[in-house]
Amino acid sequence: MGLEDLFNVVKTRLNVPSSTSDSEDKDKGDRNDKADTAVKVPVNIAFKCPRCLNMVMTDELEKNLRVCPECGYHARLTAPDRIRLIADKESFREFDADMKSLNPIDFPDYEAKQQKLRESTGLKDAVVTGECTIRGEKCVLGVMDSRYMMASMGSVVGEKITRAFEYATEKKLPVIMFTASGGARMQEGIVSLMQMAKTSGAVARHSDAGLLYITVLTDPTTGGVTASFASLGDIIIAEPKVLVGFAGRRVIEGTIKQRLPDDFQSAEFMLEHGFADMIVERKSMRRTIAHILKLHPMREYYKGGQE
Amino acid sequence: MMERLNKLTPYERLEVVRHKGRPTVRDYIPMIFDEFIEMHGDRYFGDDGAIMGGIASINGVPVTVIAEVKGRNLNENKDSNFAMPHPEGYRKALRLAKQAEKFHRPVICFIDTPGAFCGVEAEKRGQGEAIARNLLEFMRLKTPIISVVLGEGGSGGALALGVCDELAVLENSIYSVISPRGFASILWKDAGKEKEACNIMRVTAEDMVELGVAEKIIEEPLGGAHNDIGQTAENIAEFLYKTLHKKMKIDIDVLLNERYTKFRKVGEFTEA
Repeated sequence: MGLEDLFNVVKTRLNVPSSTSDSEDKDKGDRNDKADTAVKVPVNIAFKCPRCLNMVMTDELEKNLRVCPECGYHARLTAPDRIRLIADKESFREFDADMKSLNPIDFPDYEAKQQKLRESTGLKDAVVTGECTIRGEKCVLGVMDSRYMMASMGSVVGEKITRAFEYATEKKLPVIMFTASGGARMQEGIVSLMQMAKTSGAVARHSDAGLLYITVLTDPTTGGVTASFASLGDIIIAEPKVLVGFAGRRVIEGTIKQRLPDDFQSAEFMLEHGFADMIVERKSMRRTIAHILKLHPMREYYKGGQE
Repeated sequence: MMERLNKLTPYERLEVVRHKGRPTVRDYIPMIFDEFIEMHGDRYFGDDGAIMGGIASINGVPVTVIAEVKGRNLNENKDSNFAMPHPEGYRKALRLAKQAEKFHRPVICFIDTPGAFCGVEAEKRGQGEAIARNLLEFMRLKTPIISVVLGEGGSGGALALGVCDELAVLENSIYSVISPRGFASILWKDAGKEKEACNIMRVTAEDMVELGVAEKIIEEPLGGAHNDIGQTAENIAEFLYKTLHKKMKIDIDVLLNERYTKFRKVGEFTEA
């Protein structure tokens, strides 16, 4: 229920980033979080901000880390671009890079659709997981990529995220998850619904082991992903102005027969209602995460009164 | 399983579960349990009529019952919001489940919902967080959990009561990632193709067993549960009692591992 209009909303916000070249990093271990680390993209389109509706030249947007200079909306990033912005240079080691989905309910044309997307995006499915360091702090990192079927969660997304948590539990590492998703992947039917329980179970075990999990909500985080691992972080960060919610906006508008305010289901809305700890701008994200990681050292400083 | 004469197509089953006389949890509870004391409220915000819960006993074994409530008429449906819970409903369910854990009572969940409610208030109070929290907490709840799909099991709103040690599905019930109507609307931009969607989505009890989602199909009388509510209740009671006995004997750490694995193994992918 409730997702049917999401894809329409999403369409109106759609802008297709097509990154080609790697960015040049100045200082490797602790790169400064400035605009010159942005990814270069062929300049051939203007970007219409879905929040303020202003047109922005693409090169200007890219220089600004794909943040709307007018209103501060944080536009979508590809998984490779996100990893370049967050992880220490060349520290990222990918997990399960070859995992591909089968077709559990024999949905017509599902394989063909995926094959096309694999070719156009270079991804195998909608999440990239792996381990890396952030300013020297070791962690497991997961990044969802909305170009791939709106980063909906099917077997592969569920399995890769579950494995990432299991690996982190075994190696006693924190997990950082950049979420973005239209929700469960319809084309995999009930199997995709079960991924919500599966990933939440893996989060539970990681949490029981006393380990840190940070969620970063990016545009758009909705549906079954909001209703599972995205909402379960010990610390929940959101990027400014991004869409975060459970049900589709138009479904709700249809129910109440009125237009909803623009900031409904935004990062700011989540903060106001107590479902996010903080809103952090992209240029400060790496620094913020590194600080939080440093405050969660493996050594236990407090041992309940025992020395 | 014996070949039965009344095997219906998925869409015909959807029509059966939408039948006006389809029994609801309010019909079943007095027939299945010796007694039932209803409890209210999530202790944070309010009491949600879409989810009822309380303490009951089955053949002398105390259990906690948590159920999504469909109304049998318009008034009942007003109270229960057509079985579409708000966050406080899921939080009430979690509170009662935690209480069950404290008093070493098994939990029995009845699923019967088109989905979690989609509305402004539900979003403000964190519908997504409420469901997510239940998935996580039920996964590690230290007492046996048994769930039964009575009619419709729609999306995350159903799964929030569906993390369990054993799931049974009434023969004509459907369990799905989204309502067939929503499925048709998203994938084909045409909500009118509900019937077609229902027939390809794999939503039946047999599909659930085949896909590793459910362990057991509970038989319904010929034509559907409404034709003999007493018999259906007896079939459910027999399943519950047998399964309770089986699960209560298992060491809790083993049980929790088995619960994790039950969900862990669902998914179809290749790594070639």
